[in-house]
Amino acid sequence: MAGPTITLSASTFDEEINSAATPVLVDFWAEWCGPCKLIAPILDEIASEQEGTLTVAKLNVDEAPDVARRFQVMSIPTMILFDGGEPAKRMVGAKPKEALLGELAEYL
Amino acid sequence: MSLDDLAGREVEVAIIGSGPAGLTAAIYAARANLHPVVLEGEPSSTSDQPGGQLMLTTDVENYPGFPEGVMGPELMQRFRDQAARFGAQIHTAKASRVDFSKQPYGVWIGDPDTDEPALRARTVIVSTGAQSIMLGLDREVELVGHGLSTCATCDGFFFRDQHIAVVGGGDSAMEEATFLTRFASRVTIIHRRDALRASKIMQQRAFDNERIDFMWNSVVEEYLGESTLAGLRIRDTKTGETSILDVTGCFIAIGHRPNTGLFVGQLEMKESGYLITKPNSTKTVVEGVFACGDVQDDYYRQAVTAAGTGCMAAIEAERYLESLH
Repeated sequence: MAGPTITLSASTFDEEINSAATPVLVDFWAEWCGPCKLIAPILDEIASEQEGTLTVAKLNVDEAPDVARRFQVMSIPTMILFDGGEPAKRMVGAKPKEALLGELAEYL
Repeated sequence: MSLDDLAGREVEVAIIGSGPAGLTAAIYAARANLHPVVLEGEPSSTSDQPGGQLMLTTDVENYPGFPEGVMGPELMQRFRDQAARFGAQIHTAKASRVDFSKQPYGVWIGDPDTDEPALRARTVIVSTGAQSIMLGLDREVELVGHGLSTCATCDGFFFRDQHIAVVGGGDSAMEEATFLTRFASRVTIIHRRDALRASKIMQQRAFDNERIDFMWNSVVEEYLGESTLAGLRIRDTKTGETSILDVTGCFIAIGHRPNTGLFVGQLEMKESGYLITKPNSTKTVVEGVFACGDVQDDYYRQAVTAAGTGCMAAIEAERYLESLH
């Protein structure tokens, strides 16, 4: 999908997270996860609306299982907010847009 | 049309819920030119979400018309596309309150305490479905996503080469256990009785699977581990003895409860919460309010029976609207 959402891979993960000018919300997802598909369009909307304040990034756990393991992701969708390269907030499970924005409020 | 445009308007048919029942009702009502408005629900990782329980399943092998089987989420996308094709208005929103005391019936979204409902409808089709029951043990909520899962298809991947447990004895438990052996090295099914409730074909599949074993007459008493699940304390219901099962993951499939909290005091329901409909009908005690799918079915609970009752509800709503003219 076009728009500001970025796609991470195992090889680009650290660099993108550490060099980002804004906090980065990483969506750990996979093709076979129904709830992940439900929130994908919501995350794209948030990416557009919060451009410059928040970066939204997607990491496919099928392609990068080691990164998922490193952050102890055991359920998807899991969204981890990285602030200054460090995990600052963690959300598990699909949620409505308002609920996601509510949890992210202090970073927006 | 956006939800805001609906405010203050009166629609012919409002459908609450978007599993096989709600979307079949939407297809029929749309084709009957009743311009149904569907409140499909909101994203969640439980089955209380747009598309319903099938969103959390993988292969659906018993839905007619799909000889090779079909993935649950794909099937629901097809239902949704078909309803949209005939003009059903589908909104990703959850009803927060209903008022069935007078026509046209009020349906609220978001804040349930506002004076005016988000929309008013001359008929309401209730198809809010059911969701999985959890065990109700201490720390259950905080362990979800940390070894305890409500969605085998979402989370099985993370238990590669590990020993995990599935709690339950019905079709869902067998399906989850069988699916999870794609990843886990060993799956232990914990069941409180000494025989399964699952259908014969699902039982046989589990019995034949070398990676699946059973703990009969057993219940989970406690989740062990600090921030992540590190085992289960199990009690044998016959002897009363407790033991520790050393698993890193636990999937609960002990049954469902209907999503009927919204209708308490307005629609007739069984003690178990399932809505009561008139025999051979989807009519409820309130004229013009119909219930279909798992929200009123504690017996068959199949996608195809839900779709069947969804069709009935749309036809009954149409007849009811005709009778008002």
